Amino acid sequence: MAFRTLLAKKTLSLASSFAPASSSGDRWLGASLRQVRTLTVAALPDLPYDYGALEPVISGEIMKIHHQKHHQTYINNYNKALEQLDAAIAKGDASAVVQLQSAIKFNGGGHVNHTIFWQNLKPTNEGGGEPPHSTLGWAIDTNFNSLEALIQKMNAEGAALQGSGWVWLALDKGSKKLSVETTANQDPLVTKGATLVPLLGIDVWEHAYYLQYKNVRPDYLKNIWKVINWKYASEVYDKETADDTL
Amino acid sequence: MALSLGSTFALSLASPFSALPGQAAKRPSISSSAAGKIFLNAKNIEKKHLHQFQKASKVLAYYGLTNPPYKLDALEPYMSRRTLELHWGSIHRGYVDSLNKQLAKSTLYGCTMEELIKTTFNNGNPLPEYNNAAEIWNHDFFWESMQPNGGKLPWGGLLQQIEKDFGSFSNFRDDFVQTAITFFGSGWVWLVLKTNEKKLSIVKTSNAVCPLVWGDIPIINLDMWEHSYYLDYKDDISKYVNNFMDHLISWHSATARIVRAEAFVNLGEPKIPVA
Repeated sequence: MAFRTLLAKKTLSLASSFAPASSSGDRWLGASLRQVRTLTVAALPDLPYDYGALEPVISGEIMKIHHQKHHQTYINNYNKALEQLDAAIAKGDASAVVQLQSAIKFNGGGHVNHTIFWQNLKPTNEGGGEPPHSTLGWAIDTNFNSLEALIQKMNAEGAALQGSGWVWLALDKGSKKLSVETTANQDPLVTKGATLVPLLGIDVWEHAYYLQYKNVRPDYLKNIWKVINWKYASEVYDKETADDTL
Repeated sequence: MALSLGSTFALSLASPFSALPGQAAKRPSISSSAAGKIFLNAKNIEKKHLHQFQKASKVLAYYGLTNPPYKLDALEPYMSRRTLELHWGSIHRGYVDSLNKQLAKSTLYGCTMEELIKTTFNNGNPLPEYNNAAEIWNHDFFWESMQPNGGKLPWGGLLQQIEKDFGSFSNFRDDFVQTAITFFGSGWVWLVLKTNEKKLSIVKTSNAVCPLVWGDIPIINLDMWEHSYYLDYKDDISKYVNNFMDHLISWHSATARIVRAEAFVNLGEPKIPVA
């Protein structure tokens, strides 16, 4: 819906500068014959499971607010920033473009990160928590000695993270090595390295667990592994490591 | 009542450095600003520690958890007792315990909290104790920035200064609320008195950063970490901030702080009407 409104807006503004406008009806016709630059905006992806499906690890209340409020807010603010960016680019306003970068990084990052996060989780009765096998399983053993060691490392780094942020299991596309990274606020993983691909991300912002676990972040981290979707992580891993066999 | 403002108390212990019979008195080397003084929180000192002080030749610094100047349910319904139980009783207390554990193995001792914060901030390259120390100070400051039946308007010199530096009180209020609503991540929103520019200003800081490290004087702060409002307001930051401004903010505390600040920052002559 928002997309169409934007399309209409863009169309209107371009048409008015060229076509002699008699009534708003004519503008549509004139504009459709021209090349219009459209703005693709973000939309909230649906969760591939019910809000309550991750209980008792993550409560339905948290999932609902996390998805419908927090993620939606990031998307709304990201789209707003994109519109403003578009206008600034069109006007050639370099300082406005630069000023918008922090809002885009924060809100866009929030959208990117949470989209990955919903895929990283799966209800236990659909395979959530099932440990990784074959390629990813071996890679974990090579890089961390064991799955338990990896989990311990991610939990330690997640618990030690001050403030808000994310803890990631990252794959370096270049070296094919796995690593554990943390990012602050909503910085996406690429801010830690341009070749890093997120296999798993765990949201350690307080909104991700506070209602249920209060300030005991270590308990949240200990439990979340029961609903981690290793299948998704494996798929991403296989895709990224298979890419250069040309 | 102990209005701590993050500072600690000088306790006059019975000659803590007095020599044990047969030994020469050894004065431990502490920084000159803390020379001879031991800062402790009176509430948490135990006889055991007192005894240890009199025997030990090394000074150990311990910090205590100060109580908010009101009961934990006094800020209802704008900040629930449950929030305070967790925020003060668990999180704030956690910082105190962590800092004391760190200090047991550290050479930083005998400092006031403010000194400790400035030292451990290390000009932007913070030492591990910084986070705990600053968060203790920030939270002490926060409890005292609020009061039951708070909000409404400041008065007198503080109101005049706000009007001078922001145009009007409602400008200031809008500014403060906007800053809080557009906050990225965890941190604090502050009303500070900037010592160089000699004016009030609204600043935001990330995570544990405290404007003391820049030499500015905080007047009021608001905790923007999610743990501060999530139980009561979930993601409705706007409601949280507005309730803070309308019902919780303690202009009494703010007035006391700016009065103290004027001893360090010259805000000009008061306009005394001539009869």
